Amino acid sequence: MNNGKYGEFGGQYVPETLMREIINLERSYNFYKNDEKFNQELDFLLKTYAGRPSLLYFAKNMTKDLNGAKIYLKREDLNHTGSHKINNVLGQALLAKYMGKKRIIAETGAGQHGVATATAAALLNLECEIFMGEEDIKRQALNVYRMNLLGAKVNSVKTGTGTLKDAVSEAMREWTKRVDDTLYVLGSVMGPHPYPMIVRDFQSIISKEAREEILKVEGKLPNAVIACVGGGSNAMGMFYNFISDKNVQLIGAEAAGLGIETEKHAASIAKGSVGIFHGMKSIFCQDKFGQIAPVYSISAGLDYPGIGPEHAYLHKTGRAKYVPVTDEEAVLAFEYLAKTEGIICAIESAHAVSEAIKLAGQMKKEDIIIVCLSGRGDKDVASIARYRGREIYE
Amino acid sequence: MSNAYFNENVFNNKKAFIPFLTAGYPSLADTERFILKMEEAGADLIEIGIPFSDPIAEGPVIQNASTVALKNGASLDKIFEMIENLRKKTNIPLAIMSYVNPLFKVGYDNFFKRCQGLDIKAVILPDVPYEEKGEIEEIASCYDIDIISFIAPTSNERIQKIAKDSRGFIYVVSSLGVTGTRDEITTDLNSINEIIKQTTPTKTAVGFGINNPIQAKEISKYCDGVIVGSAIIKIIDKLGSNSDEAIYNYVKEMKEAINS
Repeated sequence: MNNGKYGEFGGQYVPETLMREIINLERSYNFYKNDEKFNQELDFLLKTYAGRPSLLYFAKNMTKDLNGAKIYLKREDLNHTGSHKINNVLGQALLAKYMGKKRIIAETGAGQHGVATATAAALLNLECEIFMGEEDIKRQALNVYRMNLLGAKVNSVKTGTGTLKDAVSEAMREWTKRVDDTLYVLGSVMGPHPYPMIVRDFQSIISKEAREEILKVEGKLPNAVIACVGGGSNAMGMFYNFISDKNVQLIGAEAAGLGIETEKHAASIAKGSVGIFHGMKSIFCQDKFGQIAPVYSISAGLDYPGIGPEHAYLHKTGRAKYVPVTDEEAVLAFEYLAKTEGIICAIESAHAVSEAIKLAGQMKKEDIIIVCLSGRGDKDVASIARYRGREIYE
Repeated sequence: MSNAYFNENVFNNKKAFIPFLTAGYPSLADTERFILKMEEAGADLIEIGIPFSDPIAEGPVIQNASTVALKNGASLDKIFEMIENLRKKTNIPLAIMSYVNPLFKVGYDNFFKRCQGLDIKAVILPDVPYEEKGEIEEIASCYDIDIISFIAPTSNERIQKIAKDSRGFIYVVSSLGVTGTRDEITTDLNSINEIIKQTTPTKTAVGFGINNPIQAKEISKYCDGVIVGSAIIKIIDKLGSNSDEAIYNYVKEMKEAINS
């Protein structure tokens, strides 16, 4: 294995109190990932509970309208709980069960990972606590209630900027308090090793299916795959099985907020630098003294000041390209997809859709783009209405 | 390695009392005065915390102090300037406690060179475990600085390898969780201490959760020094810039308790 390093990135920068459990987690994962019973059970849950495989949908209207490359949408929004997050959560919650844990904890930004974790906890009869920033709790009130309905306790995190990064910090703190009976179910391809690897493996089903499906339908590989990137889990899932297909462009759309020329963005690759935070060496938005910068995006799920270490590596080696997409561009793409294809996608995913719209027109008609539609947009409808000046609350 | 410095200047024939404070809380001028007061009261080593935006090993008390210090402008440059002033007045042993990112960002060489010039002999990095400390330690040793190793209640079979490679002194974490005062400490510090002592002559200091003299005295049976952070920050929470006397009294009382 790579010992948790992706080139210079990755590693295990956590307090000593967590080290033994993190090593235990790695060992357990490496054992169960090859365990027949574990895999059968996970596979069964993914098919019968999460609704996999997810559709690869040919966006005919969009393709016609943009008059360029053929656009396919990988419909992770149709999964149970409405996003790709369930892929990873079922894997980790099942792992927790096999490891003999009684309780799982998780951070959440938009609430998608929190809802998915609370769902898996209800299904597998695990105690569940979610950490969510105070600001995000306001932005995503319905998801908070959803988690409560599912039996999870939601803790409001008031420290720092009251957003995703603070929720991650607080979940890590909570884990150091109760390490024996608890597994921290991390939601993205970030944090200390083995999380970037575990989450990537569980999410890689996205590109495994997409690759098989596109070969079946089109008889060839896509020219580009596009996904939005916060921490980067749906993007890593969408990229992974295409990494060795050198002719497939891998494109990550990161949140440029009000624009990367302003202070109000969450574009780690465009504006960040190498640092060490939340257990990993990677690329972060930070000041010259290494203080982590407050970040901003209309999308709570992309509102994170860093990116997973494997993405940092794909960026550094040039294998993947990361582009900034502003709030305004994402909202336009959100509205466009709704009108053109009848699909209301998550505002996170709309960042990827926006990039596809830009790119498609520059490509040939026989070219193919696959966009990962990481989540559905029900949770965002009210905030988009407010963005457009309609004072609607959930 | 340079255990000798700490053996001679910090742990010399007594239990050491090691107070922590967050640099710049509530202001850097206050920090400088508080450190001198601590020395006067008998502190053996002072741990200066570099405030960090997202301190994942801290409880609410030190988190808040860090946020306030940063808001009040306690940047790394200004903290080093404060220590420079301080060094004109005292030779008391100093250690720096920081999350690793501020060091990484300004460059390990830069950071340690600065520390060396200020006669700082130890740097404590709570988010750098045994597995990651190699590359940092290699650079730190060029500047005669020790990276302090942590041993936690969960370290178990890791204790020996950590102890064997330890330098300066060992920071024993008293309890699970983050920093902050606790009413009760239930970890079997005695057995942890025994394993450490069988493995290495490096001195040990216990921290996390300690706040009153009775507790400190009990814990000092199983270590060579006691570290206190949140309890001191709580004094500053209450008295702000007027904490001098209360800090003096507290440090004096704690130092006497562990040596009585």
